[in-house]
Amino acid sequence: MGDQPLVRWDWIASHLVDPIGTRLLEHLQLSITPILLGLLLALPLGVACVRWRALYPPVFTTVNILYAIPSIALFFLLLPYTSFSAWTAIIPLTVYTLAVLVPNVVDGLNQVPDHVRQAAEAMGFGPLRRLVQVELPVALPVVIAGLRVAAVATISMVSVASLVGLGGLGQLILTEGFRRQFPTPIVVGIVLSVALAFLVDGLLVLLQRWWTPWTPRPARAGGRNRRSAAASTAAASSAADRPAAPEGRRRRA
Amino acid sequence: MNLMLTVAEWLGDPQQWSGPAGIPARFLEHLGYSGLALLIAAAIAVPIGLLTGHTGRGGFLTASAANVGRALPTIGVLMLVVLAVGIGLTPVMVALVVLAVPPILVNTHEGVRGVDPQLRDAAQGMGMRGHEVLLRLELPVAVPLILLGLRTAAIQVISTATIAAYVGIGGLGRFIVDGQARRQFEMVAGGSLLVVLLAVLVAVLFYLLRRLLVAPGLRRRTPVGR
Repeated sequence: MGDQPLVRWDWIASHLVDPIGTRLLEHLQLSITPILLGLLLALPLGVACVRWRALYPPVFTTVNILYAIPSIALFFLLLPYTSFSAWTAIIPLTVYTLAVLVPNVVDGLNQVPDHVRQAAEAMGFGPLRRLVQVELPVALPVVIAGLRVAAVATISMVSVASLVGLGGLGQLILTEGFRRQFPTPIVVGIVLSVALAFLVDGLLVLLQRWWTPWTPRPARAGGRNRRSAAASTAAASSAADRPAAPEGRRRRA
Repeated sequence: MNLMLTVAEWLGDPQQWSGPAGIPARFLEHLGYSGLALLIAAAIAVPIGLLTGHTGRGGFLTASAANVGRALPTIGVLMLVVLAVGIGLTPVMVALVVLAVPPILVNTHEGVRGVDPQLRDAAQGMGMRGHEVLLRLELPVAVPLILLGLRTAAIQVISTATIAAYVGIGGLGRFIVDGQARRQFEMVAGGSLLVVLLAVLVAVLFYLLRRLLVAPGLRRRTPVGR
């Protein structure tokens, strides 16, 4: 890049709406859909795995094998079937979120204390009502911990979808930046993608505090040291990776 | 179905199986880049993680590194490094190592950190000194997590090395890039399948390593579904 500055603010100013804004919106859409779809699939799957225990090992192994597949390969393999629609990105990304979410739903439900379950039963709750009104709310912090990992991973992975031509911030990085040997859009793409990931992560933390006010908050103000930080991420790791896997489910390229 | 047939045909074509642009050569190239990047990253991250975990300092730093690392879009990092330094093996290695360090670092740190304090007390009570506690107790107990970090990093490096073909190095990604340019889908899909194969092989390798390296007393601690 030589004599060019790393960031040219005038370019950013004149391209703020298009392509920066449009690509950001595409990115948001391409990442939020798989996260929501993944949650929608993981909840019943997780409930089923807790209800019928024999189901869990095969489900767990399957999602983990799928998780090992590089996203770029899956995008290209799907391309002839889904062509250049958003589904080419959404289907693989949804599958990846399952690898994080299903174990967390199962762990969350397994962590519901027996006396809580019995109390619900004693109050006359049927199985379905007990699940919806007692067990799922108690499991919620663990589910949200998984959702946070899945969301951050998905948002960073969507960039790869641009290599297939599906848009998003990766497209900004690739076509505006790399093909033109122009670093500014690359920097903008990276910064926006990281900012989006942190924003969604922060929103999920707020959502959890609002939904489950009974859970203890991590002590802030300098006291938020390794153990509490580790505990929150460790809760998001999968069962096979115990004991405590803080960085087990990372996003890939 | 037709598509699958053309892909199988491409994979079965003896022409693809020889020469410097053949499947074995590309496969080895890919394995070489990924292995080298993983080795460099491990050489950096494991000692630092052991040290920070053992002393209990720097936990916040490693956690932050992991968070940022998780959120960074790989292709952006790769392309920025290549624009800054130019095309070649070195910039690609830099990008791959940068991406592989955080998961290894954090898992090593947490693995050592997570050792039961009672065990540490016992080791000290037996007269072990600091480095002995680290090497003979904390390291073996942390092995499962260190391996997990290495596996996570390895899979990530393999995917990113695929993308590296876009910036002009070899490896299995070449089939994807060249196939796209020539509009030969069977080549793109064949290359993708080979990447999948490599990733699955690496996952199996780490499974075997886990069986091999984790002390027998620790192995039973992986309950399924708790």
